[in-house]
Amino acid sequence: MGPFLRDAWLVAERDLRIEARSRVVLHQVVPFSVLVLVLFGFALDADHRTLRTFAPGLFWVAVLLSALLAVQRSAALDRADGTDTALRMSGLSPVALFLGRATAVFVQVVALQVVLVGGLLVLYDVAVEDPLLLVVAGLVAGVAVAAAGTLYGALASGLGVRETLLPILLLPVLAPVLIGATRAFDDALGAAAVDGWSWTGLLAVAALVLTVVGASAHGALVED
Amino acid sequence: MVELRAAVALLGRFPALSGVDLSVDAGETVLVRGPNGAGKTTLLRLCAGLVRPESGSATVLGHDLGDGADRRAVRRRVALLGHGAALYDDLTVGENLRFWARAAGLSSGSGPDGVDQRVAGALDRLAVPERLVDQRAAVLSQGQRRRVALAALVVRRPDLWLMDEPHAGLDQAGRDVVDGLVAEAVAAGGTVVVSSHELERVAALSPRVVTLAGGRVVDGRAGGGAT
Repeated sequence: MGPFLRDAWLVAERDLRIEARSRVVLHQVVPFSVLVLVLFGFALDADHRTLRTFAPGLFWVAVLLSALLAVQRSAALDRADGTDTALRMSGLSPVALFLGRATAVFVQVVALQVVLVGGLLVLYDVAVEDPLLLVVAGLVAGVAVAAAGTLYGALASGLGVRETLLPILLLPVLAPVLIGATRAFDDALGAAAVDGWSWTGLLAVAALVLTVVGASAHGALVED
Repeated sequence: MVELRAAVALLGRFPALSGVDLSVDAGETVLVRGPNGAGKTTLLRLCAGLVRPESGSATVLGHDLGDGADRRAVRRRVALLGHGAALYDDLTVGENLRFWARAAGLSSGSGPDGVDQRVAGALDRLAVPERLVDQRAAVLSQGQRRRVALAALVVRRPDLWLMDEPHAGLDQAGRDVVDGLVAEAVAAGGTVVVSSHELERVAALSPRVVTLAGGRVVDGRAGGGAT
């Protein structure tokens, strides 16, 4: 493993180890995401046909809202007790730092999706018609969410703004991801007759752009 | 080692340093003192390559701090002890130290220059009890956190030490350890710049005192490098 990937893995391993110890995602974010699904169910009168129709959109709204919490948690790790200064002094490449943080957020977002898909199956009585499309679209959208979340988490930290501003900064950027991922899941769950693979292709482009922009801009954000 | 000429540094839009001249030679220990808000911390952060000089010149370890790449190069050779301990509460003391050692580019092997050996040596040097190594950082007292923070810097074997109130939060034994650390660093050819309010204690370590007020050097005794 080269020094660059070694540094990225070092950061990802740190974040995942901290999550494994603190269990913030497991004990707070996952229950929140399931609660969102349940509340949507109440709001739609628990009509299974309606729920199945809207399940893809509700799923991704729940994922994005929950991912916000994971991103805030990730950004907060390097604000406390002088760790931000120590990271700048360490010589770690900002790009490796970005990729490491984003990888950890990606793992958490994918874990959230697994739980929420289980929630859809149990609570909304949906059927998965194209499992491969479901998995690929979920992973690709997860990359986009993690990349954008890591970038905007660092931006909010760098600006010294309150954490409550993060959703206002991040959610508009993730709107195209929400649309693409919802359409792909419409196809995978048989909720609408659309070409889910085309939407997954668009998601891949968005994920690539967000990752490249995030990695490029991250250095300026953590430096100044 | 450190050469500042009419250096100006901003804290936001506020000029925290307003034309500082300072010269520190290799192997020298300098005490920086001054009232709160005098610019001591900003001076250390400037020397660490964390703050860009707005005007004037600043050269540290042969690198021009006006250049971004040079500032990053300086940081790899400098240890900055700031107000925070830079510890992740949910990691153990050992995990924290290994993380910072590997982040500094040390190899993860177990050879004499490997992370494990360096970490063990630093913990021993800072007299951190072995029982704490596997404890989460969250359970440490303020003094223990300070010792572990110093151990993380010892692991890096820096050329230049910048210490902001190094005795803060330490008991008498901890203060003695810090003093020994400074003496060892200088004996090994390193350079130490200490900002402290504890003048008597630090004066014993350093014959040279630089006084800051309002972002300017107003007195630079026994060394003549500061004006």
